[in-house]
Amino acid sequence: MNYIWFFIILISVISAAYTGKIDETVNAIWIGAQKSIEISLYLAGIMAFWLGIMKIAEKSGLVDIVAKLITPFAKKLFPDVPKDNPAIGNIALNLSANAFGLSNAATPIGIKAMEDLQKINKNKKTASNAMCTLLAMNTAGFQIIPATVIAVLAACGSKNPTEIVLPTLIVTTITFIFAIIIVKVLEKITPAQLPEKINNSEKEEVQND
Amino acid sequence: MIRNCIDIMSSWLIPLIIMVSLIFGITKKVPVYETFIDGAKDGLKVAINIVPYLIAIITAISMLRASGAIELAQKAFSEVLNTFNIPVDVLPVMIVRSLSGSAVLGIFSDIAHQFGPDSYVTKLTAVMVGSSETTFYVLAVYFGAVGIKKFRHALLAGILADIVGIITAIVIANILFL
Repeated sequence: MNYIWFFIILISVISAAYTGKIDETVNAIWIGAQKSIEISLYLAGIMAFWLGIMKIAEKSGLVDIVAKLITPFAKKLFPDVPKDNPAIGNIALNLSANAFGLSNAATPIGIKAMEDLQKINKNKKTASNAMCTLLAMNTAGFQIIPATVIAVLAACGSKNPTEIVLPTLIVTTITFIFAIIIVKVLEKITPAQLPEKINNSEKEEVQND
Repeated sequence: MIRNCIDIMSSWLIPLIIMVSLIFGITKKVPVYETFIDGAKDGLKVAINIVPYLIAIITAISMLRASGAIELAQKAFSEVLNTFNIPVDVLPVMIVRSLSGSAVLGIFSDIAHQFGPDSYVTKLTAVMVGSSETTFYVLAVYFGAVGIKKFRHALLAGILADIVGIITAIVIANILFL
C-alpha cells in the first residue's frame, strides 16, 4: 500500500507537470480532503444506526442463527475462525446486503465482521488471512441488480435498460469466484503473519475497544 | 418478472433485517433500546477511525484525476486497445472503477450521453461499471475501521480480481453485444 499510494501521487504530479494542470491538481488535494470528511460524516450516521441494530441482532442470538446456515461454506473459506464466532454471521449478512446492492447496510455490517476478526487476530496491525478473504469478497463487488447503472441508462432513453442485467451478473459472479480463488492462492504464497513484537500497541488497541 | 422479484426483495430486505432483529431481541428479553445505543456509540468510534485512511486515499485519487494522467494513458494505449476491440473511451472507466464510485458513474453518464444509451460503448461500459466495486475505498474503510496498517495479500487480490472483472466484461460484451 505504501508504494501504491506513493505511486498514485507521483504519477499525478508528473502528469500535472506534463499537462500543465498543476493548479487543478493542488486544488484537488483540498477538495479531496474536504470530501473525505463529508463521506466520513455521512458514514458516521449510517454506521451508528446499523451497528446499533446489529448489536441487538447479535445479543438476541440472531447472528448465530444466520451463521449456522452458512457454516459449512464458511468453514472452508475461513478455516481460522471458530464456528461459534459472531464474525461468521456478520460475514453472511454483509455478503447478502452487498448482493442486494444495499451498500448502506453492507459496509457497517462488514466492518462489524472485520472487528470480530480483529478480536481473534494475532497481530493487530497486520491483516489476518480471514480479513484478506473477507476483503476480497467485498472488493469483487458481487451484486444481483446494478440499480444505478440501469437508472442512468433509463435516464438517457435506452430502449431496454435491463438488457445489461444478465451480462453484469455473469461478470460479477465470475469475478467473485476468481477473487476467492486468487485470495486463497495468494494466502499460500504470502509470508505468514508475524506475531506482534511490541506490547504497547496492543494495550492501545485494548483501550480503544 | 425476475427483476420485479429482486426489486421487491431489495426494498424489503432492510426493514426485514430491522424488524427481525427487534422482534428477536424483545422475545429474548434483550434491552433493545440500550443495546442499540451501545452499538451506535461503537459506530461513531469506527467512523472516526476511518477518517485518516479516507483522507489519504481520496486526496491521492482526486489528484490523479485532476492531473490529466488518465487522458495521457488514453493517448498512450489507444493502439493496444483497438486491437482488442475496446473503444478508447472505455479506458478511463477501466482505471477509475476501482478508485472512485462517483467518478466512474460520472464518466459512465458522459459516455451514455455522448454515444447514445444503446451503443456498444455504452453497453460495455455499463457492464463494467455494474460489476465494479471501489477496491481502494473498501480497503481504506474496512481496514481503517480496525486499524490494520499492513494489508498483506488483500491489495494484490483486490487488484487482480478487478483485472479479471475488466477482462470478463470485455469478453461477455463482445459475445452478447457486438
